Amino acid sequence: MASDRIFGLITLITAVAYIAAATQIQTNFFSGEYLPKLFPMLIGAVAAICSLVLIFKPDPDPDWPMARTWGNLLVAIVVLAIYSVLMTPLGFILPTAVAAAILSYQISPNAKQAVLAGIGLSLGLFAVFKFVLMLGNVVAYRIPTPAKLWDALTILIPFVGH
Amino acid sequence: METLANLALGFSVALSPYTLMLAVIGCFIGTIIGALPGLGPSNGVAILIPISFALGLDATAALVLMTAVYYGAMYGGRISSILLNIPGDEPALMTTLDGYPMAKRGEAGNALVLSGAASFVGAFLATIGLILLAPVLARVAFLFGPAEYFALYLLAFCTLGGMASNNQAKSAISACIGLGIAMIGVDSTSGLPRMTGGNLHLYDGVDFLVAIVGLFAIAELFFFIESHGKGSSIGVVLDKVTIPWKYIRQTVPTMLRASGVGFVAGVLPGAGASLGSFLAYMTEKSIAGEKGGFGTGVPKGVAAPEAGNNAAAGGALVPMLTLGVPGSGTTAVLLALLMTLNITPGPTLFRDNPDVVWGLIASLLIANVVLLIMNVPMVKIFVKILSVPAWILLPGVTMVSTTGIFALTGSYFDLLMLVGFGVLGYFLRKLDVPTVPVILGILLGGNMEDALRRAMTLSDGDPSYLFSSPIAIGLWIAAIAGFVAPMFLRGLLKKPQAVSD
Repeated sequence: MASDRIFGLITLITAVAYIAAATQIQTNFFSGEYLPKLFPMLIGAVAAICSLVLIFKPDPDPDWPMARTWGNLLVAIVVLAIYSVLMTPLGFILPTAVAAAILSYQISPNAKQAVLAGIGLSLGLFAVFKFVLMLGNVVAYRIPTPAKLWDALTILIPFVGH
Repeated sequence: METLANLALGFSVALSPYTLMLAVIGCFIGTIIGALPGLGPSNGVAILIPISFALGLDATAALVLMTAVYYGAMYGGRISSILLNIPGDEPALMTTLDGYPMAKRGEAGNALVLSGAASFVGAFLATIGLILLAPVLARVAFLFGPAEYFALYLLAFCTLGGMASNNQAKSAISACIGLGIAMIGVDSTSGLPRMTGGNLHLYDGVDFLVAIVGLFAIAELFFFIESHGKGSSIGVVLDKVTIPWKYIRQTVPTMLRASGVGFVAGVLPGAGASLGSFLAYMTEKSIAGEKGGFGTGVPKGVAAPEAGNNAAAGGALVPMLTLGVPGSGTTAVLLALLMTLNITPGPTLFRDNPDVVWGLIASLLIANVVLLIMNVPMVKIFVKILSVPAWILLPGVTMVSTTGIFALTGSYFDLLMLVGFGVLGYFLRKLDVPTVPVILGILLGGNMEDALRRAMTLSDGDPSYLFSSPIAIGLWIAAIAGFVAPMFLRGLLKKPQAVSD
């Protein structure tokens, strides 16, 4: 009940914001005055109506995970986000090994298995990508300056990064 | 005669040693992907598209490879259904109903070979149906103007929401999310950005590959973290594998009927393979009656959904190739593949690129034969692969997906969006919101809007133009009926629950 109501409320707010943003779309002589705005506004309207249906007629709640599992999920999301920005300055092998090991540990908490999975996956996948699939733009490693490393990490901090 | 000449053209494109090798590799990889629990055909094809694109394969080679993976995954999905009682994807759910009881009785090998034969029959007949029906439909599609196309896209979203989900409002929201994301980027007529929030990374729009891989593969990682990889151990052991000729002979009429039912279900835009296997199973169940023993592990109960499922997969290619409207999640992913290769499906495809269409059809036939040959002797190898533990499988899949996207775009921003789509996919699936409409929305949003804008330009802003032709009115009625009817039929069409131990 509550889950669907919250979801409906979030989509309703998003839909209204979307319609508001659609009214602000810039137009010019080529596109005409209202055509670029028409379809986005229709989408927003349909989404808003459906959100209201969901708020007034919610389904039963799903089984949400326990607090500990939320922690595991959060760790996984943070690790993946950091992994995304570090691939460019650090290359493939080191970030992949660390990220794969941590993800493996989140699924099954066994440190030895996780380290093995991390090292095996990063070296194995690097060999496959580099020598079988010939994807030369996967670089094994890079040694960045601290400034570059910091630059990459600031991407994840709102209002500081670029 | 014209059909045969076209087929000959197709085989001349698809039957070189190089493409044959790709077909064999694709079938092998596809079967593995389909067999791994939690990795269905949509997932598999989605993860491999960026990689095959980054490899720089030409259009025909990439198509052969990916269709082989697609059909391979459809074949492989039944292995985990039968042995583990875990359907690899939604259409395979029906196979667990009789396949798993059969495996528990010690007939796992028989069930696997029989379902392989049924898959072959279904897919083969559907490909024949595709060959006969697609050119006809392509000619009809020339009559479609912008108003008809707009109604057709609407029909696809409505039937997809109506049939495939439990709550209409949720599937409509899901479609709106996809369509809303499709609007992001530079507008093609004005050249001005829309909905980008001033972010330069978004000027090119959101790549649908990022969305597909995020919603399917990354979300799967989160689900495995939630379940801590439980439920992925071997359920039933497999001993000798022989060909059960008796069962195959017995089930021939079942396979033929199920293929027919599945094909028709697949051709309906938006309905897809789940409906095909469901209808095929229910039809056979009612023909067999109480004495048929459906649900207790009868061969017919294994053959029917598998033939129906694979026939629907072939049937779903008809609207995808002729109209550019995919009939299921996996065909949506195949449509994404075609778009990545710069091929626009639609009626003009049959006229302008006959080599691509008929090469694709020929490669479907080739993949089918390769899979049948591969499946009987190699089923033991595929069963071994099922025992890969989740703690190495899922990180591996995640890393392959992210690296594939990174090799394709080289942008950290796309990787961050990938994680974002993974989180979105997790919450949507938790809340029982289907994710396939999101994908369809991102894929079709641009075309749907173009159709609407052209219709409005032609009619000088008169909305009644959208209902001005009989075809358009028919499509609107079908769309509304497809959206509303399942609300009333839900009690009647209750899906059977999976057998529990």
